[in-house]
Amino acid sequence: MIWKKEIECMQPAELKKLQSDYLKKLIPYIYNNCPVYKKKIDDAGVKPDGIRSIDDIKRLPFTTKIDMRDNYPYGLFSNKGKDVVEIHISSGTTGNPTLVGYTRYDVSLWSEVMARSICCAGGEPGDTIQIAYGYGLFTGGLGFHYGALELGMRIIPTSAGQTARQLKIMQDFKPKVIACTPSYVLYMAEEAKAMGIDPAKGNWKIGIFGAEPWSESMRKEIEQVWNMSATDVYGLSEIIGPGVAQECTHKDGLHIYSDVFYPEIIDPKTDQEVEAGEAGELVITTLTKQAVPLIRYRTRDIVSIAFDKCKCGRTSPRISKIKGRTDDMIIVRGINVFPSQIEHVLLGIKGTQPHYQIIVDRKAHQLDEVEVLVEVEEKIFSDEVKKLNELSQKIKKEIEAALSIGVKVTLVEPKTIQRSEGKAKRIIDKRIM
Amino acid sequence: MKLTQISVFLENRKGRLYDVCSLLGKTGINIRALTIAETESFGVLRIVVDKSDLAIQTLRKNNFVANLTDVVAIEVGDKPGGLAEILRVFADNDVNVEYMYGFVEKFSDNALLVFRFEDTDRAAKILADKGVKVVTRREIEGL
Repeated sequence: MIWKKEIECMQPAELKKLQSDYLKKLIPYIYNNCPVYKKKIDDAGVKPDGIRSIDDIKRLPFTTKIDMRDNYPYGLFSNKGKDVVEIHISSGTTGNPTLVGYTRYDVSLWSEVMARSICCAGGEPGDTIQIAYGYGLFTGGLGFHYGALELGMRIIPTSAGQTARQLKIMQDFKPKVIACTPSYVLYMAEEAKAMGIDPAKGNWKIGIFGAEPWSESMRKEIEQVWNMSATDVYGLSEIIGPGVAQECTHKDGLHIYSDVFYPEIIDPKTDQEVEAGEAGELVITTLTKQAVPLIRYRTRDIVSIAFDKCKCGRTSPRISKIKGRTDDMIIVRGINVFPSQIEHVLLGIKGTQPHYQIIVDRKAHQLDEVEVLVEVEEKIFSDEVKKLNELSQKIKKEIEAALSIGVKVTLVEPKTIQRSEGKAKRIIDKRIM
Repeated sequence: MKLTQISVFLENRKGRLYDVCSLLGKTGINIRALTIAETESFGVLRIVVDKSDLAIQTLRKNNFVANLTDVVAIEVGDKPGGLAEILRVFADNDVNVEYMYGFVEKFSDNALLVFRFEDTDRAAKILADKGVKVVTRREIEGL
């Protein structure tokens, strides 16, 4: 079923009018309530009442992650008063974390787009959903929770982890929908087999997977082993959390809710819009949010976009799976990792040089693994193995504290980390096949 | 009398030990004593050579991580209880041995062992006081 048919199947001309109406209200609202944005808009030489149609969006300045960090905590809020009923904070290890806030309206918007997403994947009111995304500051768990509540589902909020219990709940309550990271659902298949449960006879029929990149071959594997339909969900906490875009049962791109999250695809070097179908950086304007509306937010995710009507009947544009990043961020088990965080740790340990390489791998049916190779310099080298082991333990502990994920640290000989054009290749992501 | 040991960091991959040994061989350096301490992912090669200054220069020039450590080479009677006799001296005097290993060849009826102590100077002094025969640098070079 289609949750908001009048919006999701709207004619393009009508949709454009709706987007224009929203933008015309949004810009004066932000301008009058957020001094940081007022300055940005003034600096761009734009008069708020000069914004008359969605096409005028190109005249507005971009917003970046750096703007969010620099104006931590409340600088980008257009409403930071009592109306803000919920906040989420992302882990920030170099500099400030990213803070997002929601008014009651924003939470209802989040509920709405997540209800659309679950429907888009094939879920319906009355179905049972097992939500195995983490609940807490991470937006995954609560975003799905609000959407399922809005849709009228029976919710089992298992949160992440405790695999044996997840599987027992699956068998005892037969939820039709499972929501978690794609690597976790494969991991659960292995655990199920070890416990004597045949995953192909599992009860989950629809999977909604996101928060980390995954490939078509991984989709095939999940669908085969669990005998279910596996769909991709896209979102980021700066925009709302999960529920920005979602695959329908035809799995031909992710429907982006462009009535509220206006997408542009730009060339990250020239900042100019690319042709439809070409890959570029996804830029999103939140057209109706109240607490932290963002203008032309640079997601740094590389996607392409298609505007033709989908077989499912929805007219909303479809973005491709994420093809890459404009920065060097990688996502491991739902956590954003920047190489600079590791560099920061190594610079802080006496005697170590920031010569390192990160290898991310996902062995069959396993969770993502991160190995950090660190070059050994003469200053830290010792003839005693125990001292070298102590050093690698220290590096491991500090990196783990900075990234909040487990890593393996391997000491390697100097100059063995591949350098191209004088610059070391920092990340080898073996998950992208 | 202290000797110089060269320690080399080795990644656990094929041919690395060969690379070090062939490099030293080509440079005309003779290895007198050798041991490897290994872990899951790397190893530390420790050697005593006839020309340690030349050896370390050559290794560093070829991008090996190497450093110098003071060790003591001791002549130990090549008979049952020979090693125990020396170790008792250390135990009695509270000298801690980090690690030890044997020479490739011997140049008298005694066995030759390399010792790495926690406190090399103190260990050397105790050995001298007890009249234990240690091998000099000159002897190693001329072996």
